[in-house]
Amino acid sequence: MGINRREFLRISGIASLWGLGGRAAFEILKPGVLEAQTREPLSKAKKWAMVIDTRKFKGEEDFQRCVDACIKAHNIPKVTNVRQEIKWIWKEQYENAFPDDQNQFLPEGMEHKPFLVLCNHCTNPPCVRVCPTQATFKRPDGIVMMDYHRCIGCRFCMAGCPYGSRSFNWRDPRKFIKENTNLEYPTRSKGVVEKCNFCEERIAKGLYPACVEASNGAMAFGDLDNPNSEVRKLLKENYSIRRKPSLGTQPNIYYLV
Amino acid sequence: MFEKALTGTRNYFAWLIFLLVFIGIGFACYLYQYQEGLGITGMGRDVSWGFYIAQFTFLVGVAASAVMLVLPYYLHDVKVFGKITILGEFLAIASVVMCILFVTVDVGYPNRLLNLILYPSPNSILFWDFIVLNVYLLLNLLIGWNVLTAERKAVAPPTWVKPLIYLSIPWAISIHTVTAFLYAGMPGRHFWLTAIMAVRFLGSAFAAGPALLILLALLLKRLTPFDAGQEALNKLRNIITYAMLASIFFVLLEIFTAFYSNIPGHKHAFQYLFFGLEGHGKYVAWTWISVVAGIGAAFLLLLPITRKNNAWLVAACIGVFGSLWIEKGLTLVVTGFVPSPLEHITEYAPTLPEIFIALGIWATGFLVLTLLYKIALSVKLDPNSASIH
Repeated sequence: MGINRREFLRISGIASLWGLGGRAAFEILKPGVLEAQTREPLSKAKKWAMVIDTRKFKGEEDFQRCVDACIKAHNIPKVTNVRQEIKWIWKEQYENAFPDDQNQFLPEGMEHKPFLVLCNHCTNPPCVRVCPTQATFKRPDGIVMMDYHRCIGCRFCMAGCPYGSRSFNWRDPRKFIKENTNLEYPTRSKGVVEKCNFCEERIAKGLYPACVEASNGAMAFGDLDNPNSEVRKLLKENYSIRRKPSLGTQPNIYYLV
Repeated sequence: MFEKALTGTRNYFAWLIFLLVFIGIGFACYLYQYQEGLGITGMGRDVSWGFYIAQFTFLVGVAASAVMLVLPYYLHDVKVFGKITILGEFLAIASVVMCILFVTVDVGYPNRLLNLILYPSPNSILFWDFIVLNVYLLLNLLIGWNVLTAERKAVAPPTWVKPLIYLSIPWAISIHTVTAFLYAGMPGRHFWLTAIMAVRFLGSAFAAGPALLILLALLLKRLTPFDAGQEALNKLRNIITYAMLASIFFVLLEIFTAFYSNIPGHKHAFQYLFFGLEGHGKYVAWTWISVVAGIGAAFLLLLPITRKNNAWLVAACIGVFGSLWIEKGLTLVVTGFVPSPLEHITEYAPTLPEIFIALGIWATGFLVLTLLYKIALSVKLDPNSASIH
């Protein structure tokens, strides 16, 4: 039984040729969608950041579009028990999103104005610091990631996150996924923590995060280390705020107000 | 030596069966939780740790308090503790067992618990807590068992035990310090973000643990021929007195800082505990019970009339233990999550299955404690084993 050395080399040679050719063919047939769309190489970013122009969110549907795009892209379960909801990106009032910035007199409607909140992909993420298994970790490009297969569900990261951005699967989430499952992204099991991943699976394909894409230009995404990026331009031209900056976490979600 | 735990009176076995019933109910509830997920508890995205982690925190303190016997006995030659030091060490073993069980039932994916060792993360305090607790368990098992075996054979314990005993002293401090660090290093949780968390923990531990030990010693005196000796109890009482006063003092320090600085985030937790916040006050009654019991017990321990009376001592110990259990085993963890980072107030109460799982673990701890104490007392009361004490 088995194959001799000659046969092995022949097969492996063909296999690797096919593999290389396959990759090359892929590159030719489907060039980086990314570069075409953004004029900056998304996959080479050093520090991802997001700018949310809250002035461009006019009505309920502006928020819902972004939230729904995320729910669909990541198979986020609609848990019936509000206390144990799973949320990656959602709406909060100004007073809840920015509890440290409560002036007695604010522009009309500001106090209860809705803001989209999500994981801040902090530069100094406390959740990563406290995780006992490195199930949550920071990538070199700044994305704070979750390994659903390593997480033991201790929820230390939830206590550590000062933004309430993390959700735990208190029950089997698959029971709560009503719409068709997106086969491009894994569903999770009960007992693990999850949160916004900056759509790393889309960025890898050169696509913008789902919420950014759905926002009709109200959200921008790009490399903070690139002075010519869209986010840097927006931050240069507008005054921006971040959530709880005094904690030193250095959030990478900026809000234009 | 273990065979000594297998013989006993009718009452001894009745007590074991009583505990086994609770363990059985708790285990059944745990199977339900294992199947359904932690969704069966009262926890949620805002209050993401609850009763389990609170019990864990409290019991780390009880475990650490063994040092209040070991330190005086081995470093200051307080001979009266010689008879009961083993009781403290065995109480530590039972407590650490409960701690480990409480963490285990709290994790969402228990099958992956070994990831703590497979992917060691020195940046995580939980990793260190896992290490210090397990080493502390091992230390107490080695020390307790060897000292007791030596006593049974009427010889001195092996020489290598001595360094372990000395090591166990700072180690006891470390388990509660590291447990405090679980809380005290988190940005944005004002209630926990306090540098005195570790000493607060140690203070309340050195009151609650010895209080339980006095109660256990008096219970043993009533149920068995074993008498810990009044002098040992008095010494323990003094330790409790100082530790309890220190605990109250520490809480007052926290209250001063929160209210004199007048920083809303620092005040919220205390307002929630003592008066309720925006109509939410599930723990207000508990807090005041804890305050009254704690201060009442402190007076009983201080007043000359009551401090010398064992009936009052029992009341004081129950007061101390109950007060500090409410503080650490109930409100400390929950209040850290109120209000939430998004300034929402979500209240937490354990569900019935959650309570039964916790009771099952407490019963397991008491089972371990009973078996260990049975062995220890069998050795100490055996006329054939020439007790060195």
